[in-house]
Amino acid sequence: MHEKNEKKPKSLLYLDGVSVSFDGFKALNSLSFVVEPGELRAIIGPNGAGKTTMMDIITGKTRPDEGAVFFKGDIDLTRKDEAEIAQLGIGRKFQKPTVFENHTVWDNLELALNRSRGVFATLFYRLTAEDKARIEEILSTVRLTARRDDLAANLSHGQKQWLEIGMLLAQEPELLLVDEPVAGMTDAETAETAVLLKEIARTRSVVVVEHDMGFIRELGVKVTCLAEGSVLAEGSIDFVSGDPKVIENYLGR
Amino acid sequence: MITSFLIKSLDRTILVAVAILLALAVLIPVLNLLTAPDHPLHVPTYLVSLFGKYLTYALLALALDLVWGFCGILSLGHAAFFALGGYAMGMYLMRQIGARGSYGNPLLPDFMVFLNWKELPWFWYGFDMFWFAALMVVVVPALLAFVFGWFAFRSRVNGVYLSIITQAMTYALLLAFFRNDMGFGGNNGLTDFKDILGFNIQADGTRAALFAASALALAVALVITSGIVRSKFGKVLVALRDAESRTRFLGYRVEHMKLFAFTVSAMMAGVAGALYVPQVGIINPGEFEPGNSIEVVIWTAVGGRGTLIGPIIGAILVNGGKSIFTAAFPEFWLFALGGLFVLVTLLLPKGIVGTAQHYLGRRRSHRKAARKERVTDKEAVLLAAEPMAAE
Repeated sequence: MHEKNEKKPKSLLYLDGVSVSFDGFKALNSLSFVVEPGELRAIIGPNGAGKTTMMDIITGKTRPDEGAVFFKGDIDLTRKDEAEIAQLGIGRKFQKPTVFENHTVWDNLELALNRSRGVFATLFYRLTAEDKARIEEILSTVRLTARRDDLAANLSHGQKQWLEIGMLLAQEPELLLVDEPVAGMTDAETAETAVLLKEIARTRSVVVVEHDMGFIRELGVKVTCLAEGSVLAEGSIDFVSGDPKVIENYLGR
Repeated sequence: MITSFLIKSLDRTILVAVAILLALAVLIPVLNLLTAPDHPLHVPTYLVSLFGKYLTYALLALALDLVWGFCGILSLGHAAFFALGGYAMGMYLMRQIGARGSYGNPLLPDFMVFLNWKELPWFWYGFDMFWFAALMVVVVPALLAFVFGWFAFRSRVNGVYLSIITQAMTYALLLAFFRNDMGFGGNNGLTDFKDILGFNIQADGTRAALFAASALALAVALVITSGIVRSKFGKVLVALRDAESRTRFLGYRVEHMKLFAFTVSAMMAGVAGALYVPQVGIINPGEFEPGNSIEVVIWTAVGGRGTLIGPIIGAILVNGGKSIFTAAFPEFWLFALGGLFVLVTLLLPKGIVGTAQHYLGRRRSHRKAARKERVTDKEAVLLAAEPMAAE
């Protein structure tokens, strides 16, 4: 991976030699990983491979013990907290759908909208025509227009996943980290989500962590396989799934 | 900007509540001052002050509700802000006594003369002026809340741990204010007040005015709180209450949001304390007692946390109950209070107002659904009628 060092200025996200351990367990072991602008990347790997820890480090939830994490070439993410990183333009979708259950679908999107997020800016915020149009646009993208005034708590599991994707769209991130977006979805929903993610990836970079190999095949993108905290193989899905190390560690014989 | 903030705050419930409070602010003083003592509608002065006290408690509960109900911060030390506001007012009232104290010292309050102090401590300066004291009533609690919150929220202290340190905060203040050399009257606190703004504090007219001021303060606080929780900021508060890390990943500085709510709440509690002291005539370290803060939590829970009217109703009902109960069966009050809390937690987890709203909301949505059905029925009839018309 080190030959990619010269790509640092161009790449959107750049991780080099990142290690972190919890109580002696090495969750990430000198992980290096680069995402280019506009790229859609899939990440696979067995449980405990460090996929979620990697997302925690990129979004500022966990600080690495060593290694460099740069966004857009020169922004050092290891020195920033979650809110700052979110404002820089990195959005994150959790494994379990996390929406604000006591708010309506509309309010969930309004809160996610990429506007000033200070105390006084929110205290005196007024919904402008522009913001309204944007929220309505997102509602139709994630197919929740009919449920805009319902509490998010009353949505189905799939709808919550979609609402969360809508919230990420409202955030207008340059880089989107998506953790298992199709877990618990029906086949039809999974196919629709693949279409949606490809659509989203046209205007920004997306990193998807997923177990569902069918879904990854459907995305048809470059795949990185993690195991024991570092990169095992990287390339097209056929290349990666043909790699003997990957078969041994993850896919099984 | 400010007007839209205020307009948003006034929905029907808030308007009705504010109207009731304003009506009470006029009605109770009128019934007290302008009716003869033997008139059936006459409100005796002791009741005016008692109701006034309830209203300051209601304001304190509303302040707690802003941070607990809407922001998830279970403060078990809110009575500390109340007491600090009360002490600021008490210091003003002490300075108003002047040479009329038992020792006749024109500058030093009696307890300082008793302790053989020769000059006024620096922190008592300025409290002879009402405007300064009034400023301190909000500034001192706000400052404490800001500093406390700054450290607590930045280090992401949450849940039970936060509750415990708020409790420790009020307990530390309790111990500090008990000490004579703190300069706040020690065990006895501040009492024996004579005047407020030049009016005799015992006079019926002053008592009535203090009641009206309490009602007014509660109405203003209600409008402000309602404006806060209905703004986008209020939605962020609820969001971080329910899913704090999600809110962070959306780019909100959760600690700033909490700090603002906590500080505003402490200021409201301070105002409540300042209005409480002249009506009860004393402030002593007992107000910092951890039990007091827990009682505020009970009032809020009984009325309904996360609703704006709930804590007001809860504070008035529980304290009204306490006044009656402690007169009738004084030794059982604490059991009754504990039992009430258990019952509310088990049977009415949303409190009185929360439960009422739940049922009203359900009925309303039933009605809405029924109306929708009727409309679709009509449409069906129209659709069925159409081909016939075409024929």
